[in-house]
Amino acid sequence: MRRILVFEEYCIGCGLCEVYCRVQHSQSKDLIKAYNREQPKPLSRVKLVKAKPVSFAVQCRHCKDPPCVTACLSGAMRRDNDSGLVVHDPDKCIGCWTCIMVCPYTAISINVLGSGVVAKCDLCSTLDTPACVANCPNEALVCEEVL
Amino acid sequence: MKSYLSSEYVVHRDHERCIRCKVCVNQCTYETHYYDPEDDKVYSRDINCTNCQRCVVFCPTNAITITKNPNAYKENENWTQEAIVSIKKQAETGGVILTGMGCDKPHFTFWDRLVLNASQVTNPSIDPLREPMEIRTYLGSKPDRLELKNSDGDVLLMTELAPQLCLETPIMFSALSYGAVSLNVHESLARAATEFGTFFNTGEGGLDPRLYKYGDHTIVQVASGRFGVHPQYLDVGAAIEIKIGQGAKPGIGGHLPGEKVTEDISQTRMIPIGTDALSPAPQHDIYSIEDLRQLIYALKEATDYSKPISVKIAAVHNVAAIASGMVRAGADIIALDGVRGATGAAPRVIRDNVGIPIEFAIASVDQRLREEGIRNRASIVAAGGFRSSADVVKAIALGADAVYIATAALVAIGCTVCQKCYIGKCPWGIATTDPWISKRINPKIASKRLVNLLQAWSSEIKEMMGGMGINAIESLRGNRLHLRGVGLTEAECRILGVKMAGE
Repeated sequence: MRRILVFEEYCIGCGLCEVYCRVQHSQSKDLIKAYNREQPKPLSRVKLVKAKPVSFAVQCRHCKDPPCVTACLSGAMRRDNDSGLVVHDPDKCIGCWTCIMVCPYTAISINVLGSGVVAKCDLCSTLDTPACVANCPNEALVCEEVL
Repeated sequence: MKSYLSSEYVVHRDHERCIRCKVCVNQCTYETHYYDPEDDKVYSRDINCTNCQRCVVFCPTNAITITKNPNAYKENENWTQEAIVSIKKQAETGGVILTGMGCDKPHFTFWDRLVLNASQVTNPSIDPLREPMEIRTYLGSKPDRLELKNSDGDVLLMTELAPQLCLETPIMFSALSYGAVSLNVHESLARAATEFGTFFNTGEGGLDPRLYKYGDHTIVQVASGRFGVHPQYLDVGAAIEIKIGQGAKPGIGGHLPGEKVTEDISQTRMIPIGTDALSPAPQHDIYSIEDLRQLIYALKEATDYSKPISVKIAAVHNVAAIASGMVRAGADIIALDGVRGATGAAPRVIRDNVGIPIEFAIASVDQRLREEGIRNRASIVAAGGFRSSADVVKAIALGADAVYIATAALVAIGCTVCQKCYIGKCPWGIATTDPWISKRINPKIASKRLVNLLQAWSSEIKEMMGGMGINAIESLRGNRLHLRGVGLTEAECRILGVKMAGE
């Protein structure tokens, strides 16, 4: 299973992971349009947390026993048995935010001004390397196959 | 007091392209950029900008351009912008003007007035991609003669050889002290030197025990402040270097501000946290060649005569005579640092006015040692502003055994030579010990970049040697017939020992 590993000792807190995550999950896939024009604003599913000198990027850890899946009222959140990924179906999501309450990593995002439907890391399943990893300038994020 | 100075650079931001991601805001360590939530825009305080280009490189939409401030004083060849600005700055502060890196004036660079030879018709050039090309270099004292014995058909070497450093390329990483640079930079240099088969120099701040595992590729320095010098430190290095002087600031000591002395650095340097680390101008136990001999032999004795001892001096007026004394005092390696040598901090008047160009120092030292018949007793390592493999080849042709590079190595890992190292907030994470900023150097990436640089320069050295019809670096060393001067005076040619182009 592929997973994102976080090396906080090399995280420089630039936030490019968030920038490229947002673009990857936009309609246009264009930096300037995604930020300056698209409505509703695309959400970054990775969150940079900073308490200098410590900083690191947090995204869904795709837990083996995910509390968000147990807590989800509508069945929008489920664990895919083949890939082992926790996947979210926005069409089923009712925006109750229970998953946010139970996620121990605060890895679930919401657009409070929009529909209220949540969003989370999908490991950029269409890309060879997730956007945040590919664009981390200091290799503080690494994508690896893990057991 | 109202300052009469204006900003050196102007930051231009294309607001059409700016996505307010604030990467520039968090990457600038001088607080040049700031986000205004009311306007939802990012603006800049130009006066803080050092033109280090960190924000330019990191801006994901290429929205930033930095230009020199077009507001300039009336053009004047004598009263230059730098001269006027310096005086105004001093009138406002009463202080010495500090700077970082090497001399930025053009008039000391003689490499650009030396050209290399190539084989045509009368002798064949060599293709290094098809034929072996030897650039391995040994540093250390070589014997006056070899005694061999024939024992049942086997030839035995009877002469005891002095300890040597084996370099896979005639390039080493010059002294960058721990404290001036961070542990991550030291580790990057150590890993690259180990991987490529060359050496890095600790500088005068000792070596963090976490890097002892790279000791076989480390030259440990003993300088006037004796920071971090203890028996284990001497034992762990492959060679020991006594630092007498530095090309960027001959005749003056060093000053590491207390803010840079963090816990790790205080442990390694063996001084209290937060205290200024002052290196005296001279080594107070060395006031003569005889004193130098005492320290050289004290270090040899302490390490069981198992490693070469290098002595590093700034290239100054009587460099040849001094070098001769150093060899006679027992130095196995003579390191010469020219006027363009760099530093983390030095008064600008010293950096730009004291010392001689390294080209003259190499030539005159090599010549003097040869004339005295002691050239074999020590290797010559040249330092100070080597910008390319061509400079390296020219230095070896003038008589150096190997070169030290530091600025080039730092440029490889991000440095843009903005000359603000002395502030200690290097946005590229190099000249800083701030735990937040120094994370910007990831040794995995930086050591790869350094190895690539060594690889590239080594290939180019082989190409140039092949062109000259030379297949071993030994044949190039001191081979000044492969050099010609362009735009040099007769006296300059005589001292460099080269003919003019066309001769």
